[in-house]
Amino acid sequence: MRPLDPRLVRTARAVRVHLAVTVVCGAAVTALILLQAWLLAHTIAGAAEGAGPRQLSWAVAALAGVALARAVLSYGAETAALRSAARAKSQLRTRLVAHVTGADRAGGEPQTAWLAGASGTGTPRAGELVTLATRGLDALDDYFARYLPQLVLAMLVPVAVLVVVFGADWISGVIVAVTIPLIPLFMALVGMHTRQRTERQWALLNRLGGHFLDVVEGLPTLAVFRRAKAQAAIIRRITEEHRTTTMATLRVAFLSAFVLELLATLAVALVAVQIGIRLMYGLLDFETALLVLILAPEAYLPLREVGARFHASMEGVAAAQQVFATLDEKAAVKDDGAAARPAPPPALLRGPGAAAPRIRLDGVTLVYPGRETPALRDASLVFAPGRRTLLTGPSGSGKSTLLALLLRMREPTGGAVRITPADGPEIPLADVPADQWRALIAWVPQQPYLFDDTVAGNIRLGAPDADDAAVRRAAERAEAHAFVARLPDGYETRLGERGARLSAGQRQRIALARAFLRDAPIVLLDEPTAHLDPDNAAAVRRAAGRLLDGRTGIIVAHDLGWADVADDVVPIHAGAIALTDAAEGA
Amino acid sequence: MSSPITGPARDPLWRMIALARPRGVRFVLGVLWGAAATGSGVALLGVSAWLIAKAAEHPPITALSIAVVATRALGVSRGVARYMERLVTHDAAFRTLADVRVRVYERLARTEPVRRFRSGDLVSRLVSDTDATQDLLVRGLTPPLIAVVTGGATIAVCTALYVPGGLLLAAGLVLAGLVVPFAAAALGRRPGERQAAARGELSTALVDTLYGAPDLIAYGAMDRAVARVQQADTELTRVARRDAALLGFGAGAAALITGLTVWATLLLGVAAVADDTLTSISLAVVVLTALAAFEIVAPLPAVAARLGAIRASGARLFGVLDTPPSVDAPETGPALPDGPAALRIRDLRVRYGPGEPWALDGVDLDIAPGRTVAVLGPSGAGKSTLASVLFRFRDPDSGTVELGGADITAHPVDAARAAVAGVPQDPHIFASSLRENLRLARPGCGDDALWDALRRARLAHEVEAMPDGLETEVGSHGTRLSGGMRQRLALARALLAAPRVLVLDEPTAHLDPDTRDAVTADLLAAAEGYSTLLITHDLAGLDRVDEIYVLAEGAVLQHGSHADLLASDGWYRDAVALTNGAGAG
Repeated sequence: MRPLDPRLVRTARAVRVHLAVTVVCGAAVTALILLQAWLLAHTIAGAAEGAGPRQLSWAVAALAGVALARAVLSYGAETAALRSAARAKSQLRTRLVAHVTGADRAGGEPQTAWLAGASGTGTPRAGELVTLATRGLDALDDYFARYLPQLVLAMLVPVAVLVVVFGADWISGVIVAVTIPLIPLFMALVGMHTRQRTERQWALLNRLGGHFLDVVEGLPTLAVFRRAKAQAAIIRRITEEHRTTTMATLRVAFLSAFVLELLATLAVALVAVQIGIRLMYGLLDFETALLVLILAPEAYLPLREVGARFHASMEGVAAAQQVFATLDEKAAVKDDGAAARPAPPPALLRGPGAAAPRIRLDGVTLVYPGRETPALRDASLVFAPGRRTLLTGPSGSGKSTLLALLLRMREPTGGAVRITPADGPEIPLADVPADQWRALIAWVPQQPYLFDDTVAGNIRLGAPDADDAAVRRAAERAEAHAFVARLPDGYETRLGERGARLSAGQRQRIALARAFLRDAPIVLLDEPTAHLDPDNAAAVRRAAGRLLDGRTGIIVAHDLGWADVADDVVPIHAGAIALTDAAEGA
Repeated sequence: MSSPITGPARDPLWRMIALARPRGVRFVLGVLWGAAATGSGVALLGVSAWLIAKAAEHPPITALSIAVVATRALGVSRGVARYMERLVTHDAAFRTLADVRVRVYERLARTEPVRRFRSGDLVSRLVSDTDATQDLLVRGLTPPLIAVVTGGATIAVCTALYVPGGLLLAAGLVLAGLVVPFAAAALGRRPGERQAAARGELSTALVDTLYGAPDLIAYGAMDRAVARVQQADTELTRVARRDAALLGFGAGAAALITGLTVWATLLLGVAAVADDTLTSISLAVVVLTALAAFEIVAPLPAVAARLGAIRASGARLFGVLDTPPSVDAPETGPALPDGPAALRIRDLRVRYGPGEPWALDGVDLDIAPGRTVAVLGPSGAGKSTLASVLFRFRDPDSGTVELGGADITAHPVDAARAAVAGVPQDPHIFASSLRENLRLARPGCGDDALWDALRRARLAHEVEAMPDGLETEVGSHGTRLSGGMRQRLALARALLAAPRVLVLDEPTAHLDPDTRDAVTADLLAAAEGYSTLLITHDLAGLDRVDEIYVLAEGAVLQHGSHADLLASDGWYRDAVALTNGAGAG
C-alpha cells in the first residue's frame, strides 16, 4: 500500500490544501529543530568557555522563542490537520453517496446492480458501505493528523540535518548519510521475509480468534445440551493455541521495528564516540561536537515515528481505496438522461392517475453478471390494463427478477419490455425515463423498508406533498389507521431505525398506505403475506384487495393463496414461463 | 478478598485489573524491559553528552574508556530491550486473555443472561469488551509504569547532578505526562460526544438511504434521501472542524512544556556555571538529558485517551457479568424419574419484571407420553416465554411444570435439561465440522448414531453427497449450509440428545415458504414416538399433530385437535380459512 495515494490527492481538494499546509509547517519545524540545536550547542559551549549569562542571554531568550514557536506550530498543524481531515472525509463521502445512489449522473440512475436487489431488505454491500462511509473514513483522521505530517518531516528533517552535519563535521555526516538509507533497506528485506510467514498463519489466527465469540454466541444452545460448563477448558486450550501461534508471528513481525530501532540508536552511538575521541585530540571544537550530537538523533526520530504510525494510519488509506474501487463500478441500468431519447408519449408524462399502459415482455432474458444460468429465459407475457396477474413458482424461479425488470432495477440482457400507452403506439420501455415510468407504479415489497422518520413521513414516501387528510385516508384504506392512532404521537410518532417500533404485519400495512397515497395505475405485490401470522395476513389481504381494485395488478407468490383475486395465473419454473392465456396473448 | 467478578461496585478499571490478575512476574519483566529500552535512549544522550564535555577538557583516553564502552552498549541495548519488551508484554497479555476469557465464560455459563444473547451485536460487543482487558494491560498499564520507572531514574540522576535541573525536569515530566494528557482527554470528551451524536445522525441517514434503496428508487424518493445524508454530513463536518481547535491543545501544550523545560534548565544552568556552583560537564549532561527525557512521556497522551474507552468496555462487561442468575435451582440433586412420563403445566405465570404485563398468564398444558402438541399464536402471545421456561432459561413466577409428577424447577438445571431439550429459537451452529456440531448433544457417540440422527432429520442424503461427509466444515454460524439444512442439523442434534420431551421453538422461523413446509413435515415425522412440543406461528402441517393450543396474550385461547378446532367457531378456523381457503378460488 502506498503511503500517499495519488487518487486521494486528486479526488479530494481538501487533501491538496492539507498537503501544502503540512509541507510549510514541516519546513518551519525543520528550521526550528536546526535553530534549537545550534542555540543549545552555542550556549552550553559558551558557558563551558566562561561566557557569562549576560553574553549568552540573547541565545537563551531565542531558545524561549523557539519553544513558543514550536508549540504554536504543533497546535496549528494538529488543528489544521483535523479540519482538513473532516473536509476530506466529507468530500469522499459525498462522492461515494452520489455515485452509489446515482445523484451524480444526469439520468439519476443508481448502482442498482447490487443496491436494489428488489428484496426490500438491502444487501450485505449496503452494510459494508455504511461502515465504510462512517467508521472506515474516520480512520483518515489519524492518517491526516499523525501520519502525513510525520511523513513530510521524515523526508525534510534527515536531509536538512545531513546538510548541517556535513557542513559542521564531514566524518559524522558520512556516518549519518550511510546509515539512513540502510534503515528502509533492511526494513524492506525483513518485511519481505516475514510477509510470507505471516500470511501463512493468518487463516489459522482468524479461526482461533473467532472461537471465543462462537462459543459465547452459542451459549444458550450449549446450555440446552448441558455442555456449557465443559467448554471452559476448550476456551483455555484454544486461546493458548492462539497465543503460541500469534507469538510465533509476532517474533518475526517485530523484527522490522527492531532493525529500525537498532540501526538508529547504533548510528547515534557511533557518531557520539568518534566525535568524542576526535574532540579529545583537538581535531574538533566543543560547540561543533555538541551540535552534531544534538542533531544526530533528530535525523532518525521522524523515521522511527513514521514507521510506528504506518500501520494504524493505513486503515484510513485502505478505506479511501475502497471508496475509489466503488467509484469505479459502473451503473447497472444504462440511462444517460432524458435528453438522449425521443420525447416520451404525453400519456405517460401525466404520472399518477394516468391510464395504465399495456405491458408486453418480448422474449426477455436476464443473466446476472457472473452467472451462467439465466434468471429469466425468453419470457413472453402481456399485462393488459386493469387485469390482475398472479405469478407463482418456488423461490429462485425468477418471479422476483421479473418484478425487478418491471421496476427497472434491472435491464434485460436479451429481448425487450415494450409498453403501449392508452393513446399511442407501442414503444420500448427503455425509451421512457426510469423515474417517469416508476411514477406509474406502486410497489409493495415482501419486506418493506421503513425509514427513521414519522409514520406520516413514511407514508408520504412517493407523494411528499400530500396533506394530512390524504395520509390518513391512505392509512385507513391500508388497515393501518387503527394501530397508528394508538401510537404515542399518532402519525407524528418516529418509527426508529428500520421501523423498529412496528411488527412485520404493521410494516406491511404502512407499505400499503404508501401505495394508496402513490395512487399509481400499476400495482406490484411481492409475497405480501409470506411472513405474517393469520391476523395480520387477513388485514393485509383486505387492504391489498382494495388497492388492486381498478388497477393493473401483478402479484408474486410462492403458492396459489392469491389465486382468487387474480384474473390470470402464470406459473414460473427455473426462469421459464409456462404457457397460459396471458403468455399466449404475447 | 471479594471476587473480582462479583465484587462491590468499584471503578471498572480496577475491577478489570483484578479480573485479569496480571501474571505478576511476566508483567513486571515486560515493564522492566520497556524501562530498559526507554532508559537506554535517554541515557545514550546523557552519557554521550558527558563523553563530549569531558573530551573537550582533553583528558587522557583512559578517562573516557568507560563512557565509550557505555555509549556503544546503549546503542545496542535500546533496540534489543524494546524487542524483548514487546514480546514479553504481548505474551503476558495473551496468557492473561486466556484467564480472563475462561473466568468471564464460567460466569456467563453460570448466570446465562440469555436475553442478552438475542442480539448478535450485543454478544460480539461483550466479547470485544472482554478482550479490552488485554488492551488495558498492554496499552493502558504498561506505558505509565515504564514512564514512572524511567522518569524517576532520570529525575534522580539529574537531581544528583544539579538540583534545580532535576526539579525542573520533574515538573516538566509530570505536566507533560500526567496533566496534559488528562486535560486533553477531558477537553476531548465533549467534542467526542458532539461528534458521536452527529455521526449517529449521518449513520442513520446512510442506513436508510442504502438499505431502503429499493423502496426509495421505486417511489422516486432517492433525491430526498440523499439530501438528508448531505445535510447530516454537513453538520458532522461543521462540528468536527469547530472542535479541531480544542483537540489541538494536547500537541501544542506538550511541545511548549518540552521547550520551556529545556530553556529554563539552560537559563539557570548557565548562571550556575558562571557562579561555579555547576560544572560545564554537568550542564551539558543535564540539558541534553532533559532534551531526550520527554520521549519517556510521549506515549502517555494516547494512554489517557484510550483509558476512557477501556473503562466504558469494563462498565459494559461488568454490567453483563453482574446480572444475577436467571434461574434459581439447586446445584445438586437427583435426576428426574425415568421412564415415559407426562408433562403437566399448571397455572403458569411469567413476567419480565414487576409492573410488566404478564407474558404468560395462567397457562395449563398437558403432553401425554409420545404425543405431539403444537402451541400456536401470533407474535407476542407468550410462545417464546413458554419455551424459555421449559428450557430452564427462566423461572416461572408461579405455577408448576411437572414431568412424571416431579417439578422440574426443583431439580438441578442440568437434570431438567436432560429430560426436556430440543431446538431453541435461532439454534447456534458452531464454526466446526458437522460431526462436532452433532456430538455436542451426545459427546463421544459413534458415527452410526450420528448417521441415524441425520437420517431421521432427512439430512443424511445431503451429507453423503458432501466430499468430506461428517468432516465437512460448516463455517461461522453454519453459513456454508442452507437455511433448511441448518434447521435439520439442529433437529438431528436434538434427536441425538434423546430427551424425554422434545421442544421445538419456531423451527421454521427464517425459512422461505417452500422450505418451511418441507422442514415442518420432516420435523413431525422425525418426532414420531417422542413427547413433542412444537411452538410455531405457522399453520402448515398442523393437521398431523395430536393436539393444538392457541395462545393469545399469555393465555390459552383454544385447545383441541385439528379436527375439533376446525369444527368449532374461533381463531383457528378463521386462520386456516385465511391461509388455505382463499387458494381454492
